[in-house]
Amino acid sequence: MNAIQIEGLTKSFGKFRALDGLTLSVEAGAVFGFLGPNGAGKTTTLRILTGLAHADGGHAWLDGLEVGKSAEIPARIGYLPEDPAFYPWMTGMEALDTFCQIHGIAQPERKRRVGELLELAGLTEAGKRRVGGYSRGMKQRLGLAQALIHRPKVLLLDEPASALDPAGRKEVLSLIEGLRGQCTVFMSTHILADVERICDTVAIIDHGQLVINAPREALITRYAIPMLALEVDGVDQLANLAAEVRQMAWTTAVEVDNRRLTVTVNDLATAQRELLKLAVAAGLVVTHYEQVKPSLENVFLRIVANGKEERQS
Amino acid sequence: MITALAKEWLEQRRTHRLLIVCLVFVLFGLMSPLLAKFTPEIIKAVPGGEQIALIIPPPTVVDAVTQYIKNMTQFGLILAVLMGMGMVSQEKDKGTAAMMLAKPLDRTAFILAKPVALGISFLAGMILAAVAGYYYTLLLFEALPVGGWLALNGLLLVYFGVYAALTLLASTLNRSILVSGAVAVGFVIVLSLVEIIPAAGKLLTKGLLGWAANLALGIAGEPAWGALAVCLGLIAAALTASVLIFRRQEI
Repeated sequence: MNAIQIEGLTKSFGKFRALDGLTLSVEAGAVFGFLGPNGAGKTTTLRILTGLAHADGGHAWLDGLEVGKSAEIPARIGYLPEDPAFYPWMTGMEALDTFCQIHGIAQPERKRRVGELLELAGLTEAGKRRVGGYSRGMKQRLGLAQALIHRPKVLLLDEPASALDPAGRKEVLSLIEGLRGQCTVFMSTHILADVERICDTVAIIDHGQLVINAPREALITRYAIPMLALEVDGVDQLANLAAEVRQMAWTTAVEVDNRRLTVTVNDLATAQRELLKLAVAAGLVVTHYEQVKPSLENVFLRIVANGKEERQS
Repeated sequence: MITALAKEWLEQRRTHRLLIVCLVFVLFGLMSPLLAKFTPEIIKAVPGGEQIALIIPPPTVVDAVTQYIKNMTQFGLILAVLMGMGMVSQEKDKGTAAMMLAKPLDRTAFILAKPVALGISFLAGMILAAVAGYYYTLLLFEALPVGGWLALNGLLLVYFGVYAALTLLASTLNRSILVSGAVAVGFVIVLSLVEIIPAAGKLLTKGLLGWAANLALGIAGEPAWGALAVCLGLIAAALTASVLIFRRQEI
């Protein structure tokens, strides 16, 4: 059974169509990356799934329960909004305790769970301080802790690491990664490196429609653009080499960055053979030569750019 | 409901709302009989005021009760609007409502806990004001019938309830605290205008306050059961509308 099933979801704000028949499914236990440019409909989708917003049309199911029709959904999901808001007059400990009470967690389990989550969020010492004095990163970590409070089956995260410093981001991502298999994680983000690091399945949406939904590796392979890179010792003749490579039939694009030459090609086999020969013939000392593995960022930008072109035509 | 109420009650204490309500009410509870008693003296002290003081009749317990009702209703109304206008709108605007309502917390409990907690603060303030006002009236004038005095304060609570419930409705309808405040003030103005019509005034808060004054002074007058029923009905209608609207609202 899919943990999340979305069929033909539509939502408009005035004349702006935020979701335009979005359809996608997420397998149970997956760490799912939900990508899209700003205004693509990511947050709207999450808000509809949590029941905070209502869809104009279409249906969605969470853990087999239809959104908007089952009162049991909030007990099964954990939700972290993009900008988690807490009552500033509450301490971190009181906030988690209140959320535990809402989920019906009784003492002494409640006290134990609050302590456990404060430790997990790295807020044990700050737990007795009022949330009003927390930094944005601390609030984000407290937000993640509250989303996990009842061990949800489905975790909905809206930009979970966007407010964190590199160390905090690493911790949070490790934490999310550790949830693989325990619950389904549906994570919206614009930080492609985060998705690349922890998500096993990726969906890209644009203008409220699903562009692609596939396992991360399959996506990268499918949309991979063959690229070769070489690094040389000395930069003098690199510009000449770049000019020469640009003339080749197998070249699509050439980029020079200090001692590194990156070539996008259309015939990988020929390019692999010819590029090194040209470099040696130009008298360059090649220190590094590789076929560049495309990043999710390349794939994302390409897919979104293709979509834009299609819409314009 | 208990969790939502516990949170609201903690908010009343932590944000000093309880303290403010108690201080304002106790202050005006104390000051009202004092003002009634010493108004002629105060006027005498003003240059040229001696002539005016001569035509002012000596203050009586009626003045003390009238002053108490006037002060309490004015400042209680201001407090009800100021403390109620952000109850829902601010939570929607800041995002705290979304954090709470994405969890298994019933929206009806979430919204009803707010006026209940505010009502507890008002009740606490009213108890202090009633004790202070009664004591100073006794000290400066004469003893009032205890039952009537309690009834007066009970009816004042109903009066505040009307405006607090209307403010909650304004706060539910809007996302901005300022707009909520403006709508609540709009409700107050509309109600005041309707009360100018004598037949309508008898059945609204004006009728309620007249009855309250009679009860406090032990004057046999016509009971304003109709006004009480209409005021309670207004409270119920405003709360029901708030709940029904909020249950369907996007947060």
